[in-house]
Amino acid sequence: MAETLTQIGKTEPRPSGWQGIAADWSSDQRAFKNVSWGKAMMWIFLLSDTFIFGCFLLSYMTARMSTRVPWPNPSEVFALRIGGSDIPLILIAIMTFVLISSSGTMAMAVNFGYRRDRRKTAILMLLTAALGATFVGMQAFEWTKLITEGVRPWGNPWGAAQFGSSFFMITGFHGTHVTIGVIFLIIVARKVWRGDFDTGRRGFFTSRTGRYENVEIMGLYWHFVDLVWVFIFAFFYLW
Amino acid sequence: MAEATANGLGQHALHAGHAHEAPAAVAHADQHQEHPIKLYLVVWAWLFILSTCSYLVDYFGLQGYLRWSLILIFMILKAGLIVAVFMHMAWERLALAYAIILPPILVLVFTTMMVFEADYTLFTRLAFFGSGH
Repeated sequence: MAETLTQIGKTEPRPSGWQGIAADWSSDQRAFKNVSWGKAMMWIFLLSDTFIFGCFLLSYMTARMSTRVPWPNPSEVFALRIGGSDIPLILIAIMTFVLISSSGTMAMAVNFGYRRDRRKTAILMLLTAALGATFVGMQAFEWTKLITEGVRPWGNPWGAAQFGSSFFMITGFHGTHVTIGVIFLIIVARKVWRGDFDTGRRGFFTSRTGRYENVEIMGLYWHFVDLVWVFIFAFFYLW
Repeated sequence: MAEATANGLGQHALHAGHAHEAPAAVAHADQHQEHPIKLYLVVWAWLFILSTCSYLVDYFGLQGYLRWSLILIFMILKAGLIVAVFMHMAWERLALAYAIILPPILVLVFTTMMVFEADYTLFTRLAFFGSGH
């Protein structure tokens, strides 16, 4: 299956499992054998981003554990009044479904990209961007609602003051990531639509030609945004 | 063939110069992350189901260890599905998978440290400011 190109042009099969890890890392070449640099670097960026969001959630945990004042109940704070009754956390649940759906369309866009189906790839990417923009819009609505109810980074009407600072910090950074993702989705979708990856047109910023793998790398970022939301949803909204 | 042997060294140097393009392109020609659309739809459906489950944990107001363990289980399952299938980590070589997946475990070490720190902070706050306020 996977093969290494040796100096004399002969190919040898690569070991798998633990031997594969040792062989790849000690090969005195590139460690990530069948992964392009673009993809490897995106993964390493996402790893660093994992630590950033990990630290945010950690600081939130520390603040929540160390305060003597009761923490506001997110179930009630994020409830919406629909049809005369309060439904707990409903907006956040809808946001979760919107973001998961955008991840699904993105995964399919990557798939159609590798099948060279430009039209479907671009449409699915734009659909992903639209769902992402919907998510950011709902987050803006949520922020507006909480701010009018008196939530500030230094206090809120329901309990521990750190609730506001944790909330704005964590969801704000996540929303920023989504927004940047939407912008780049539109840029890459435009390139796909125009056929840049088929004609070898060079990017205006990097002046390098792209490949359909760029769609997958874009997808990695987008799925990561969804992944972070899974953790925020669990720890901030549900806990 | 003889020419190739004679130029073997030169070609190799040339090859190394294009290392970021040529081998990757060759490897990717037969290693595209191509999977049936159905797989993505199944995972999508599971993510919906798991999200609904974690929402229902809150909706029915489960509390205590039952709530926390259910939240964590659904969270880990969702995260695993996204990373393994949507991000294609299940099909990558272990050298990449372990390089990316193992380091975040350090966050758990940090978490443990901060649990002790937060306990200590709470203790001092209770001791010096009382339980009022």
